[in-house]
Amino acid sequence: MSEAFILVTGRTVKQASGMHKGKDTDAYRRAVTVVEMNPEDMARMGITEGRIIRLRTPAGQVEAPVRAGSLPPKMLFIPMGPVANELVGPDTDGTGMPSFKGLAVEVEPV
Amino acid sequence: MKRVVENVTCTFCGCLCDDIIVEVEDNRISRVRKACANGRGVFLDYDPTPGKPVIDGREAEWEDAIAEAAKVLARADSPLIYGLSSSACEAQRKAIALADLIGAIVDTTSSVCHGPTGLAMQAVGEPTSSLGEIRNRADLLIFWGCNPAAAHLRHFERYSLNAEGTLVPNGRRDRTMIVFDVRPTATSKAADEFFQVLPDGDFEVLAVLRALVQGKRIGLDSVGGIPLERLRDLTGRMKKCRYGVFFMGMGLTMSRARDLNVRELFSLTAQLNEFTRFTVMPMRGHGNVAGADQVLTWLSGYPFAVSFARGYPQYGPGEFSAVDVLVREEADAALILASDPAAHFPRAAAMQLKRIPTIVIDPMLNLTAETAHVYFPTCCYGVDAEGVSYRMDNVPIRLRGALPTVRPTDESILDSIIEAVKRC
Repeated sequence: MSEAFILVTGRTVKQASGMHKGKDTDAYRRAVTVVEMNPEDMARMGITEGRIIRLRTPAGQVEAPVRAGSLPPKMLFIPMGPVANELVGPDTDGTGMPSFKGLAVEVEPV
Repeated sequence: MKRVVENVTCTFCGCLCDDIIVEVEDNRISRVRKACANGRGVFLDYDPTPGKPVIDGREAEWEDAIAEAAKVLARADSPLIYGLSSSACEAQRKAIALADLIGAIVDTTSSVCHGPTGLAMQAVGEPTSSLGEIRNRADLLIFWGCNPAAAHLRHFERYSLNAEGTLVPNGRRDRTMIVFDVRPTATSKAADEFFQVLPDGDFEVLAVLRALVQGKRIGLDSVGGIPLERLRDLTGRMKKCRYGVFFMGMGLTMSRARDLNVRELFSLTAQLNEFTRFTVMPMRGHGNVAGADQVLTWLSGYPFAVSFARGYPQYGPGEFSAVDVLVREEADAALILASDPAAHFPRAAAMQLKRIPTIVIDPMLNLTAETAHVYFPTCCYGVDAEGVSYRMDNVPIRLRGALPTVRPTDESILDSIIEAVKRC
């Protein structure tokens, strides 16, 4: 059973340092392939730390492990990078800027 | 033999910290002091060993790669030149000269960063200042939709929260810090007060703050998830501070309303100057993204999303911005300078780059370079080449190279491509 969440993407220190090591390294892949979720949402959905979840938007879908984070209920965070960008739609509303923050996503455990 | 180079500039982010000390052994940087966790890798993970260019995955001679790149660009009907923001101003000038020569669209990482900030600045103006002024004067710091504790790690130390300035000699004790964001962050944990805004609620909160500053009555109990009384109280403190500053980031430019959010913030900043001194500072990401705005504006009149297709510059965010051009499949070739759109663009735009012949000029073999038609491994400005970059407050900083320049510079490759295009 899927639930609706709001996704925010952004910079993390691990994403930046992984980028310096190279985007073909495990350090980078691990840094950008993780979903932070509110612990209460995790408990309600029966999702434990490290569990793989599927996220879906009209633009695409990804699967990534979950990590508990200090987020408001019903909000997710994924570090900026190719995993998050699978979910970002191409529309820029005439500005050149896609919506990298505030994306509506459907979430379900795999 | 070990050599110590002082006052080196880190080019990772718009802070451009110019007090870095590096130790050089056997023409490699062996140790870095003062750089933050984000910046250390610029020096320690960079391999300055010269490499050969690559055509379709195979090493090639430099002259062959230059000729191939020139051929692709000269034959293209609608070439795109993108990136620029992690290169030096000298190379940015060449990239724009190339765009002018071949009638290309040129866009920088600004369009997926502070492009909406540029639109807001053009609409209502940007009451800003230098970071030095903020360091020495600001007693009220308001961070809105930005997280320097993850993205600009020495900002607090050098320019804002903890910096000791002329009129704020006790640093942190003389300053009040407030954060607006949709989620708690490492930055909000350092603040005196945190205002958690509902997702996409920034515009409403900013509009109400503007109304409160003007003394208007608001018939609401809360706005954007924040009780009105808290906003009213903050308004009073903003008016009474000696020098206030908003630091703003992607939380405003990447969420709904984009440039309209920033317009409200810039207008609020201007209004507050009727009561006290207040400024706003966009937190620029790439080390020389401010320089890309500057150089493109010197040369075309516009800061990003510029087309030279008609023989003169035309400005068109949404029309000539890279994501839009790629998603609409309008570009039939691309030159990417010091950027990695394959990693940072929405999938639809990133995939299009793989379908068209792409030329990459970058110190690192990044995700875009991995599938490029032609890749040029160049030096890294500020590490093994000199150049100029603009800090986030648009102050130009001369970069000194800690290592000798052995790899070609971005500028020299672009120069060679320009000459080769002229011969096509």
